[in-house]
Amino acid sequence: MRINWFKYSSPQTFFPLAGKLALGFGTLALFACAVGLYLGFFVAPTDAQQGESYRIIFIHVPAAWMSMFLYVVMAFWAGMGLAFNTRLSGMMASAIAPTGALFTFIALWTGSFWGKPTWGTWWVWDARLTSELILLFLYFGFMALQAAIDDPRRADKAGAVLALVGVVNVPIIYFSVKWWNTLHQGASVSLTKAPSMAATMLAGMLIMTFGFWFYSIAAVLLRARCIMLERERSSDWAAQYARGAT
Amino acid sequence: MLAALRCVIARDLRLAARRSSDVLTVVLFFVIVVSLFPLGIGPEPQLLRTVAPGVLWVAALLASMLALGRVFAADHADGTLEQMMLGATPLGLVVAAKVFAHWLISGLPLVLISPVLALQFDVPRELLGVVVLSLALGTPVLSLIGAIGAALTLGLRGAGALLSLLVLPLYVPVLIIGAGAAEAAASGLGGNAQLLLLGALLIFVGAFAPWAAAVALRISVE
Repeated sequence: MRINWFKYSSPQTFFPLAGKLALGFGTLALFACAVGLYLGFFVAPTDAQQGESYRIIFIHVPAAWMSMFLYVVMAFWAGMGLAFNTRLSGMMASAIAPTGALFTFIALWTGSFWGKPTWGTWWVWDARLTSELILLFLYFGFMALQAAIDDPRRADKAGAVLALVGVVNVPIIYFSVKWWNTLHQGASVSLTKAPSMAATMLAGMLIMTFGFWFYSIAAVLLRARCIMLERERSSDWAAQYARGAT
Repeated sequence: MLAALRCVIARDLRLAARRSSDVLTVVLFFVIVVSLFPLGIGPEPQLLRTVAPGVLWVAALLASMLALGRVFAADHADGTLEQMMLGATPLGLVVAAKVFAHWLISGLPLVLISPVLALQFDVPRELLGVVVLSLALGTPVLSLIGAIGAALTLGLRGAGALLSLLVLPLYVPVLIIGAGAAEAAASGLGGNAQLLLLGALLIFVGAFAPWAAAVALRISVE
């Protein structure tokens, strides 16, 4: 049997699939976040040095991971759209940007809540904080550029160039601010060495990470569905759906 | 091919010479922004000496961004840009030539006037060289990165504000390394590491940005 790898690369066939996937991943996200937050706030032990305030990491760390990861995914779709001139890739890239910006903002906001009791200040010009802030600006720039261009095809391509330039720049920004100034502690969790935290803490954090992943997938697919309907409104299937839905 | 490059550079320089007030506006903007800082933060020489490299860099960054709108706009408006795209010379090379000419017009004057402004901030004489050299290496990087943003926003409404939103986050590494050169030199470490990094950045961006800007131009004009 020959598999048609490109079956779901057209909005018409992807639209119903995205709807089902969004529902499934949305349910999973709800479940994982509930379990993760319960583990984080009620089961995990109090930290010896930081007291209760450390519990913000159950939201902060997964959000920070997602913010960086989503930018790479966005740049990947943008690059695919630029290389293969596919419509859906551009729609995915523009659907990811707001979720990425949201997680960047959550990471900054919760980080500042944690910084006040622990470092004694809401904000420091530290390497990680600064590069996260610049990542937020990169997301905003991408969204502003797409919003300023009326023709969606041009918006997709222009946004793609910007996202790719940005993704090249992200490591440069990261290292430049790291050499410049640093206060934020190193990573507590890494693939190469044993984690320096209790097992329940780690479990809570990982479950929260999966919860945020599932949430991102669901939110991005829902947003992509809206974009698909908006851009394909003159086609038969979209008109049919709109008639059926209203 | 080199003849085409020389031709584009000479043409842009001649056009700029015919409208020399445009060039002067950018330099004056730079001078005025720099002079605002002592008025804003107070005239203590010790404080000014510390902030001088950062102030010069931020002002140079804003001034070069102000001039970015002009890299492609006039050629886009009168159709020259489309002829350049149709021509036999690779668009990336044309863009590189245009950016070089743009730097000669809007970046080099800032570099040349910066020692005078640094003296106003009471920067020690032995640091002047590092400040000027860091700006000389850094401002072409700003022009090159800016060209990508200028190409992306070509012909859009509200292009000026949008351009700054796109380009300023990408300018951050140049700013940090550039302003860091003078600070490292002031603290006795020597600014060589930062200057070498700026040089590396210039080579990297010089190879990469004209090509990206050419892609962006084709998207904007199609």
